[in-house]
Amino acid sequence: MSEWWTYRLEDFLLFSPRVYWRLFELNNAASWPLHLLTLAAGLAIVLLVLGRPPGHGLWVAFILAALFAFVGWSFLWSRYAAINWAIAYVAPAFGLQALLLAIGGAARGGLAFDRRDIAGRLGLPIAVVGLVVYPLLPLLFGRPWSSAEVFGIAPDPTAIVALGVLLAASGGLVPLLFAIPLLWLLLSGLTLHAMGDPQAWLPLLAAGTTVAALALRRIAR
Amino acid sequence: MIITRRTFVKAAAASGAALVLPGTAPGAPPAPVMRAVPSSGEMLPAVGLGTWITFNVGDDPVLRDECAEVIAAFFAAGGRMIDSSPMYGSSQPVIGYGLEKLGRPEALFSAEKVWTSSAADGPAQIEQSRRFWGVPRFDLVQVHNLVTWETHLETLFAMKADGRIRYVGITTSEGRRHDLFEQIMRAHPLDFVQFTYNVVDREAEERLLPLAAERGMAVIVNRPFRQGALTRQLQGETLPAWAAEIGAGTWAQFILKFILSHPSVTVAIPATTRVDHVRENVMAATGPLPDASMRDRMAAYVRDL
Repeated sequence: MSEWWTYRLEDFLLFSPRVYWRLFELNNAASWPLHLLTLAAGLAIVLLVLGRPPGHGLWVAFILAALFAFVGWSFLWSRYAAINWAIAYVAPAFGLQALLLAIGGAARGGLAFDRRDIAGRLGLPIAVVGLVVYPLLPLLFGRPWSSAEVFGIAPDPTAIVALGVLLAASGGLVPLLFAIPLLWLLLSGLTLHAMGDPQAWLPLLAAGTTVAALALRRIAR
Repeated sequence: MIITRRTFVKAAAASGAALVLPGTAPGAPPAPVMRAVPSSGEMLPAVGLGTWITFNVGDDPVLRDECAEVIAAFFAAGGRMIDSSPMYGSSQPVIGYGLEKLGRPEALFSAEKVWTSSAADGPAQIEQSRRFWGVPRFDLVQVHNLVTWETHLETLFAMKADGRIRYVGITTSEGRRHDLFEQIMRAHPLDFVQFTYNVVDREAEERLLPLAAERGMAVIVNRPFRQGALTRQLQGETLPAWAAEIGAGTWAQFILKFILSHPSVTVAIPATTRVDHVRENVMAATGPLPDASMRDRMAAYVRDL
């Protein structure tokens, strides 16, 4: 790209806010009532992390893997990529995240969600934001209720819940598992910012809080 | 370049951009000003339809129908040129949907672009774009933002020689790479050039617009409203009473009339999602256009706001 310094963030925005939020409306209408199942899956993940029953790591990893694969296919690839050609290159990253989670869950020693340090404790409120706060955002920002972003259906709350849960995780693959959700939230936050959407700070805040929690953990060592 | 009354008339004559006010049937909406494509003499209405952002609505059935209504209103008002690009997301299939729904209007002048860094992929991309539009061939294909321009221009000139497209052009926007743009204009027999020009972005007056007239190239003006930012900025300001002298009833018409009054401009391509706006835009190409002194007054007024 020549004269790259002359480009603003807005120059990369290919669609209008109305078209963007209509994507969620159409996706929600097509997915309903799967939302009930994905929200129940999210609640189950949080309870599994809190209770740590035997085999919890495998279940958490597999549920998250299934939902990343589903969101990557049903929303990013099948809908969002139609209005943003760059998403055709991003959607496979959600598939890769699903694969990494599945490998992490199935590997010997696998994933355990057993860390209760400061970062691990910060993970719970982050997960609650993705699970509970996100579906309520249309009320806060004056959008139609039908455009709600729900965990396991929409990418932002799915990435945020994953980050919250991963902050409590230990296992060989854990550092790798942060990359894709963090990069996604950065991309999503910048997109919303370019749209002039008041919600833009939320994905950026979630990603920033996660990075800060990881930094605190490193400092505390 | 400052446009005086004398240079205005001289440039109009040199560019071959004849200004024609066609007769209007009683009761019919006034027909838009027609401008000639210098390389062929073909007449085109001076307001076209851009599709950047506005037509990128994906598979949304409601929004696709809204775009089809905009296209229908555009043709009904007397418009012809629709401009798009492979870069504009789903805009191409959405145009194709609208054209199909309207029964393939004969008035269409299809303006497309090739936009790929791979020279070898150019022909396949143009063919894919043609399928999306559902047209037998494009009237005009332009090299988008000068990407891989040398080889794409070779492809386009060969396609023109074979009769697979009618015109060849290049594009840039927001004042980028004007030096290279000028070099290409001097070195190649282009039919069309496309760049940004409006009442506040006037860099093109210095070199590109006079050069287009000198070289006999049609000029398409993109981003006439700075992607809506200019009209939004002016929304709260009062339109001066003297705007009525040139038949401008809104800021959009004020801006479009300024652009169209430059003698080297062939077509301006505002984009919109609204039927009333597309009518208003085409209407800007009817009635009187500002002369050189009025243009100065318009530019000064906007600058001082």
